[in-house]
Amino acid sequence: MLTPVPDEDGAPFWEYAAQGELRVQSCADCGELRFPPRPCCPHCQSFASAWRLMTGRGRIWSYVLPHPPLLPDYAAQPGYNAVLVELADAPRIRLAGNVVTAPDAPLNSVDPARLRIGAPVKVAFTEVDGVTVPRWLLERG
Amino acid sequence: MLKDATAIVGIGQTAFARQLPETEKALACRAILAALDDAGIAPSEVDAFASYTMEETDEVEVAKAIGAGDVTFFSRVGYGGGGSCATVGHLAAAVATGQASVGVAWRSRKRGSGPRPWKNTAVQLPTPGQWTRPFGLLRPADEIGMLARRYMHEYGATRDHLFNVALACRNRANQNPAAIMYERPLTREMYMTSRWISEPLCLFDNCLETDGALACVIVSAERARDCRRKPVYVHAAAQGLPAQHHGMVNYWNDDPLSGPAWTAARHLWKHADFGPQDVDVAQIYDAFTPLVPLSLEGYGFCGRGEGAAFTEGGALEIGGRLPLNTGGGGLSEAYVHGFNLITEGVKQLRGTSTAQVPDAATCLVTAGEGVPTSAVLLRA
Ligand SMILES: [Zn+2]
Repeated sequence: MLTPVPDEDGAPFWEYAAQGELRVQSCADCGELRFPPRPCCPHCQSFASAWRLMTGRGRIWSYVLPHPPLLPDYAAQPGYNAVLVELADAPRIRLAGNVVTAPDAPLNSVDPARLRIGAPVKVAFTEVDGVTVPRWLLERG
Repeated sequence: MLKDATAIVGIGQTAFARQLPETEKALACRAILAALDDAGIAPSEVDAFASYTMEETDEVEVAKAIGAGDVTFFSRVGYGGGGSCATVGHLAAAVATGQASVGVAWRSRKRGSGPRPWKNTAVQLPTPGQWTRPFGLLRPADEIGMLARRYMHEYGATRDHLFNVALACRNRANQNPAAIMYERPLTREMYMTSRWISEPLCLFDNCLETDGALACVIVSAERARDCRRKPVYVHAAAQGLPAQHHGMVNYWNDDPLSGPAWTAARHLWKHADFGPQDVDVAQIYDAFTPLVPLSLEGYGFCGRGEGAAFTEGGALEIGGRLPLNTGGGGLSEAYVHGFNLITEGVKQLRGTSTAQVPDAATCLVTAGEGVPTSAVLLRA
């Protein structure tokens, strides 16, 4: 599996994930959330930022089911899904991820027939090759 | 002013194939020399170059190989297929402002036989690769598939709409002996039963992987009148990097379904003497079929969400509302980062296309949608 290669702006996201927290960068002056992370605020140009804790709830905005040709680790999980989750706390922030049956379950553990745009999901975390990454579990609703 | 101040007076291309024996550099030189010959201009007169990134052959190598003179303008545009029309725009601006007199734009690729950028696991572009690649969102087809499914969900677009795009391109390729798919008709059954690449996108929603090169020559309108071929004027040119855009993975702005096409289009039409309703033929960047309805909306041929319905009733075929990608496009002629769309636009306005639109006098050519993009309006 590919593990994240964070840059300086993105590193806190992955550090918080390792603590089991989903946090998004915000402006420490005007309070606007921004994603992906960047050095300064596009609204007020402040360089002061804070990482705001999210509830971890969201909805599937869209998804794909990638098929070969793929990189070997992904090709070994045929029918896996890649989703975009719109965060309940910030609907215009969408995180890429995977919907799974359990945090450490394979990327193809959910029947694709259960996926639909708008389905509610909740974040969970799992460790892949020493790096903690978010996963998404379907919620009733 | 840029408007009609310059013209494309020469075009050239190599053969297109899954695998060509020559190097990317040699193919580039062949296409450029063919374009100069078409224009009747000596290589020693070339003093400007424009190309795009993600290719290994640079202007230094090309200039010395073809025997160019002293070069006083050279530029390279980023973002893969988003840069195609910008090469023409940059040269038109350079020639119109007196920075150079004979400009050459080109694209040479070994995409059919060479490496695919997404397979490189050693390099994840730090942003936004860290937000997508670990989750198996690996290839451009996955990234565009995500937008496609959302688009289908929001606007009732169906796979039949995407098929309309694939079919129009294939039908034109079937008229074009240079096209890779010249002898390979496409049916709805083939489309509907083909394998998935990234569901909802199937094999036929994806462009070809091609080796090949193309080039064009740009001079002032005044000089163009003395050239061998009928001039095709650069009427307007624009690039588009929208506010809060994020590159190809355009998921994090307010409205991911309104891409850079909208930005480029606003500028383009503002500087043109005509509007979308006056376009006789269009060459719309088609690395993936969903880019066509999205671009039709962005460039104002229809309203938001109406791009899929626009493709119905043979609208994209010859004789339809907007004949499109008349050489076969990236889907069925060759995928050379969209440069064949530029040269096909020139052929239409010269009246020499293999799928000629009668009396075509205006053509819109667009570059990759999703990535920072560009477009040109050409007129006879
Ligand atoms: Zn701020």
